[in-house]
Amino acid sequence: MAASGKQNLQLDWGTIALYGTLVLFGWLSIYSAAFNPLLPSPFTFSEEYGKQLVWIGACVFLIVVILYLDAEVFNKLAVYIYFFFVLLLMLVLVIGKEVNGAKAWFGIGDFGIQPSEFSKIGVGLFLSKFISSSGMQLKNLRTRIQAFAIIGLPAFLILLQPDVGSLLTFLAFILVMYREGMSGNVLIAGFASVVIGTLSIVIGAGRTTYPYFGELSSIWTFIISLFGLSILALIFVRNFVVPRSRRMLYSVVVISMVLASSLAFSINYIVDNVLEKHHKERIYVMLSLPVERQDATYNSEMAKITVGSGGFIGRGFHQGPMTQNNYVPEQWTDFIFSAVAEEWGFLGSVTVILMFFTLIYRLVLLAERQRSQFSRVYGYCVAAIIFMHLLINIGMVLGLAPIIGIPLPFFSYGGSSLMAFTILLFIMIRLDAERLSVFR
Amino acid sequence: MNNDNRRYTFLFIVGTICVIYIVRLFALQVATSEWKNKGSRLTEREVVVYPSRGNIFDRNGKVLVTNQTVYDLMVLPKEVLPFDTLEFCKLVNLPYEELKEILKKSTTYPNVKYKPSPVIKQMLPEEYALFAERLYKFPGFFVQARTLRTYPESLGALLLGDVGEVNKEILEKHPDYRKGDYIGLNGIEKSYEKELRGKRGIKYVYRDNLGVEHSVANGQLDSAAQEGVDLYATIDAELQKYGEQLMQNKRGCIVAIEPSTGEILALVSAPTFDPNLLVGRARGQNFSALARDPLKPLFNRATQAQYRPGSIFKLAQSLTALQLGSITKDTRIACNRGLIGCHGAHSMDDLEMAIVHSCNPYFRGVLQRVVEANRDPNNRAKDAAIGLSIWNEQIRKLGFGSNLGSDLPGMKKGNVPSAEYYNKKYGVEAWNFSTIYSIAIGEGEMLINPVQMCNLVCIIANRGFYVPPHTVRQIGRGGSARSEYVTRVDVGVKPEYFETVVNAMEKVVGPGGTANSIKLSDIVICGKTGTVQNEPREDHSVFVCFAPKENPKIALAVYVEYAGFGGTWAAPISSLMIEKYLKGGTTNKGREELIMNAKILN
Ligand SMILES: [Zn+2]
Repeated sequence: MAASGKQNLQLDWGTIALYGTLVLFGWLSIYSAAFNPLLPSPFTFSEEYGKQLVWIGACVFLIVVILYLDAEVFNKLAVYIYFFFVLLLMLVLVIGKEVNGAKAWFGIGDFGIQPSEFSKIGVGLFLSKFISSSGMQLKNLRTRIQAFAIIGLPAFLILLQPDVGSLLTFLAFILVMYREGMSGNVLIAGFASVVIGTLSIVIGAGRTTYPYFGELSSIWTFIISLFGLSILALIFVRNFVVPRSRRMLYSVVVISMVLASSLAFSINYIVDNVLEKHHKERIYVMLSLPVERQDATYNSEMAKITVGSGGFIGRGFHQGPMTQNNYVPEQWTDFIFSAVAEEWGFLGSVTVILMFFTLIYRLVLLAERQRSQFSRVYGYCVAAIIFMHLLINIGMVLGLAPIIGIPLPFFSYGGSSLMAFTILLFIMIRLDAERLSVFR
Repeated sequence: MNNDNRRYTFLFIVGTICVIYIVRLFALQVATSEWKNKGSRLTEREVVVYPSRGNIFDRNGKVLVTNQTVYDLMVLPKEVLPFDTLEFCKLVNLPYEELKEILKKSTTYPNVKYKPSPVIKQMLPEEYALFAERLYKFPGFFVQARTLRTYPESLGALLLGDVGEVNKEILEKHPDYRKGDYIGLNGIEKSYEKELRGKRGIKYVYRDNLGVEHSVANGQLDSAAQEGVDLYATIDAELQKYGEQLMQNKRGCIVAIEPSTGEILALVSAPTFDPNLLVGRARGQNFSALARDPLKPLFNRATQAQYRPGSIFKLAQSLTALQLGSITKDTRIACNRGLIGCHGAHSMDDLEMAIVHSCNPYFRGVLQRVVEANRDPNNRAKDAAIGLSIWNEQIRKLGFGSNLGSDLPGMKKGNVPSAEYYNKKYGVEAWNFSTIYSIAIGEGEMLINPVQMCNLVCIIANRGFYVPPHTVRQIGRGGSARSEYVTRVDVGVKPEYFETVVNAMEKVVGPGGTANSIKLSDIVICGKTGTVQNEPREDHSVFVCFAPKENPKIALAVYVEYAGFGGTWAAPISSLMIEKYLKGGTTNKGREELIMNAKILN
């Protein structure tokens, strides 16, 4: 299966170097955070840092395999890969191991495999193939629905686990579709939804006494304000807009008002009546709303203290008191960035963020220089997935996003995540290496 | 349709998020030290250095209470490696299920992985020695030394008291205690808690990445622990032990006080138990076994029991009536057994002989003269109320109805009936002397406790004063007792009135007296027998005495419950105690053996 022109492969060594640096930095952080003073050897395979070395070894093997494969394989097998992982996602619901209330793992002895991490590869490949194969226009409603179905099927299966963190990372594909021509209004609507959703939770958490109705959730104040705002907007349209556009704008205002109110109302309803208590508390913690239970804020508080403990230049490798004393539970998985922040300080943290930015920037450059649309869309998928993880994970550590358990790419301890991101990235590198031999 | 410009929108979004996060990092790490300080408070921790509690010595310098080192087996979950649980359980002698539970608890909120939790608390050195050598095989487990009380003489359990870890209630009441601190719960341990406790020291440390603790700022912030102050008790260990031996297999108590100083020489409550039972791991189990025992060994009969005083009360009645001028020592009253029962052959005793014969009609007459003095000629009920109030005030001066200002914790005050008391019980003016006369002979509603009884003997021995009975004569080596225990309390009875009473008590322990059998050839004992009625059960046997007659060295009150007449058991026990204290032992080995072997637990 060796690629015919492998001596012609033009590997993007910059990206590979960035990958190597991130993985090395990540492993050092795990070594520090999970350090067991009684077993200091990095090759202690009973500890996380030893295990992660095994995973890194496995990744080297995977990289070699990917680079030896024919680039065409990924395009040809995209659909099969996609459905293979969909099948795994179905299977995990049946025979999966329940960890922290989610059936997300296949347990094999001591190790676990998390199919949702790998399923993003399938979605990325299939979506790229779907968008590129027909030269389809994402403005076309039918195409758009089909594209959403490709994303939605695995997303739905992940929702059943339920694994909210992994589900959220699927939002990455919306960014990809935007790049490929989907209306920007979706992004704007998405942004507006986030703002309205946040406000409805914050305002809805309080209670207000209304005349005639007595004490009710303060969400009604918010809905009344929305109503008032739209009336102001209607008056504005009536007085300041040319008559020919008025009709259209009236309906935009009214529809927006109805959509915003129902969004606010349903989010408030979901938070109050559908979400489990601990989910609700996590959201409240993020929004700095009062929470009854002390330990609900514990992880978030410890993460912030650990970050703050680092100061400007950091405490030094293996010297962070918060990290070395395990104040942040399971720090080496989802909270690994707090270990970086404590031991390498503001300088180190910014460096890591800039490295991620450079990686994403580099991926966008790679994507844009592809001749094949398949490769370009796939490149954006990789960039967007890494971005979503960065957004949620670091946001969580810094107390700007709720505590949602998703890994920081290349850093967090865990085989599934490291291997999935390695495959995801190196397929792109492999595709890029043959860009010159592919014609539009 | 060209969407190429959208790459910039994409990068713009990514860039914006990165900038937001960098600003946030700056806010958390650089702009303020708030979070860093919070971190310091967490990682630098205070280590409490427990002071060792003060020792307690007896009056001759013998160690009564001291400290022993015990070991808490701790687990630091962060450092535990997979280990052979079965071997471990066998080694430390712990059921597997319990270990599992403990390990689970050690990592669940509010316990955390990096903080040690106890696995087995308070192991004795010999228990620890069984596995000390092999503990190294189990990383994450270690032992922490603490001190516990130990009682080398195994005596005076209730008198010395016990210590325990502070519970939630104590913590709420006393904010200067912390979880894990010890506190005296009973006896001297409780009443001298402030002195014995010492001062907790604090060491500030932080743990480095190897788990090694270092002191913060070269220990400049640390404060050293101050050891507790040693106490020199008034107890004579020999006498106390002897008393406990004499009282074995009996219920009751012995109170022995040095009259001139109020120092308690022995305070026996029987049945007693080995105070070492309430120390260490077996404490809880032993405590509940003692609490369930129907003989109530945890009940301090010397301080908490309230008995009717019986005949002995006639001593107090005599002093009171003399001082109030209701009688003189020559007053004779007919032994009219129609009014109240009596025993023995006598008919018209004076005060001295009435005490010797314990003549009930005589003392009924004495109290009648006190209470019915025609202060209200028209109303017998009002007259009694006035008279009783005068009597009450005078008799209280002898220490009844109060805890005497003693340092014995939980001392009961007894009951000295007052006019108000009877008004409540029968109604105002609904009672008169004939309703209440049984208090004349120490029956009825009159209640005293044995320490008060012994204190009365001290007053008589001292001819007019007492020093509040107390248990500690020196706080710290060469120190003194608390100031309230060096001043005499005058009872307001003229010294000459005591001579009649003392002479009578001498005759009680003499030919024809009720305690003639205990008369010693070389020491003059002044005593008084008593019985406390417990219908339908057997009477309590009671004897009080002091010796020698001149310059008394020891006063005693002995109660043997359900043992019948006072002369039978309580008196010989008293004489053996006197001989032990004054001569170091008795020559009457037959009596000693008889008493020690007697079992009175019906
Ligand atoms: Zn008589």
